[in-house]
Amino acid sequence: MKRTTQALGALGVVLFSASMGLADPVDDTLIINEETEIVTRTAAPAHISDALDEVMSGWLFRGAETRAMQADDFDNPGMIFVEQAEEKWASADGSEGKSCADCHGAPEEMAGVRPVYPKWNEAAGEVRTLEMQINDCRTTRMGADKWKYTGGDMVNMTALLASVSRGMPVDVAIDGPAQSTWEQGKELYYTRTGQLELSCANCHEDNYGRMIRADHLSQGQINGFPTYRLKNTKLNAVHSRFKGCIRDTRAETYDAGSPEFVALELYVASRGNGLGVEGPSVRN
Amino acid sequence: MASGVKPRVKVPKTAAAGEAVTIKTLISHKMESGQRKDDDGNVIPRSIINRFTCDFNGENVIDVTLEPAISTNPYFEFMATVPEAGEFKFTWYDDDGSIYEDSKSIAIG
Amino acid sequence: MELTRRQAIALGAGALLAAHLPHTAYAAGEEAIQAFTGGAALADTGITLTAPEIAENGNTVPIEVSAPGASEIMVLALGNPTPPVATFKFGPLAASQSASTRIRLAGTQDVLAIARLADGSFAQAKATVKVTIGGCGG
Repeated sequence: MKRTTQALGALGVVLFSASMGLADPVDDTLIINEETEIVTRTAAPAHISDALDEVMSGWLFRGAETRAMQADDFDNPGMIFVEQAEEKWASADGSEGKSCADCHGAPEEMAGVRPVYPKWNEAAGEVRTLEMQINDCRTTRMGADKWKYTGGDMVNMTALLASVSRGMPVDVAIDGPAQSTWEQGKELYYTRTGQLELSCANCHEDNYGRMIRADHLSQGQINGFPTYRLKNTKLNAVHSRFKGCIRDTRAETYDAGSPEFVALELYVASRGNGLGVEGPSVRN
Repeated sequence: MASGVKPRVKVPKTAAAGEAVTIKTLISHKMESGQRKDDDGNVIPRSIINRFTCDFNGENVIDVTLEPAISTNPYFEFMATVPEAGEFKFTWYDDDGSIYEDSKSIAIG
Repeated sequence: MELTRRQAIALGAGALLAAHLPHTAYAAGEEAIQAFTGGAALADTGITLTAPEIAENGNTVPIEVSAPGASEIMVLALGNPTPPVATFKFGPLAASQSASTRIRLAGTQDVLAIARLADGSFAQAKATVKVTIGGCGG
């Protein structure tokens, strides 16, 4: 495993060296419901091969009990919310009297959608997250109100759409019309923010595998989102997690659904190209 | 009834007569502990599921008293003997008087 | 239920007090044990308590209790503001006197399980669980 520890700011050095324990990710295999094997480590995609040799799911950085909770749909509390989304999926809403199912069929028909989002939308001329696409469906096709970007209905629906793609490799496109958004996301990933002057990379590229106080730093991959956190016992959207991380650098954060976070999501997703979709995952 | 409460249970569809089967249950519930305060400093009143029972054909398998230290979305796993074909009945009792029920049939085969 | 950082710190401080001082929560634990056992002696065999040595978050800690032949098992978190956690009563169709659940721990502390065994005697098992908090409060 290659580590680059240079270029840490003074504060960063203090932060990590206070508990500089090395704790490598576990050597374990994630098989869900004894049938779906998830790729939790694989060769890094070419576009980040200068920074990482291997990309790893956050699942490998969690304790045995937390890992076990994700390996069975009954034990995974995130699946409660997937079931709630299944009901919404089949319920008509809005002036057109249509449900998701009326156009799309069973949720399983959506297998393969999650792994390619965020994705360039030609008609709209923008990169869209799954949340943006869901709200476009709601307003344009159903005549319904938008859901709050990180609200319960939305995060539940993204969990349902992730769950039917579990095990499929993340495969977001970063070239062509998506490239400038991806570049913007990359810029954000390496930009230090806040009073602590930490970028995403300072923790999740330079120091993954180390302990930050009592926590085991992962690579910050997002193939497991939305994620059920033991901490707040609910599903957490990826933009909520971005906000949490940036807030913890003591910075003003961007808003969920903002162009900056859309770009960052595309870039971070692309760092996990090849990892299996896990949502809803279970984390601490 | 507290909002969004939904029981889930996992029971095998069949068993041999006299076999021990594993049962898992999960119910979506906030389990408000009564220890927390709201933004104005007022204690948020306790609101939990305080009892869970599982019976098979009218005979008891397990009877659990829950306290506020049981996590959000209470989960239980235990083992039951299946003497004959029949029905498991699961009951959760809420502080607010609500009762949530679920049942699962099991065949001998 | 979500604990804010401030509440978690307050709870953790409470747990420390409970561990070192005669204190209402500690007394409540003693009372619960007294009520369950009637002051009977506690054997150290006949019951097992499985809990993680380190819990990644105190809000959701998986535990398992098992006491072959027991009629009931009480679980206490001695460092919680209110120590009782759950009591499992096993009926005639329980195939084993064991159960798993997920519990809340206010901080690093001892979890105690006491079983009323088939012969009416009592046995206890204890496990220390270290409760960790996140890297930067996120």
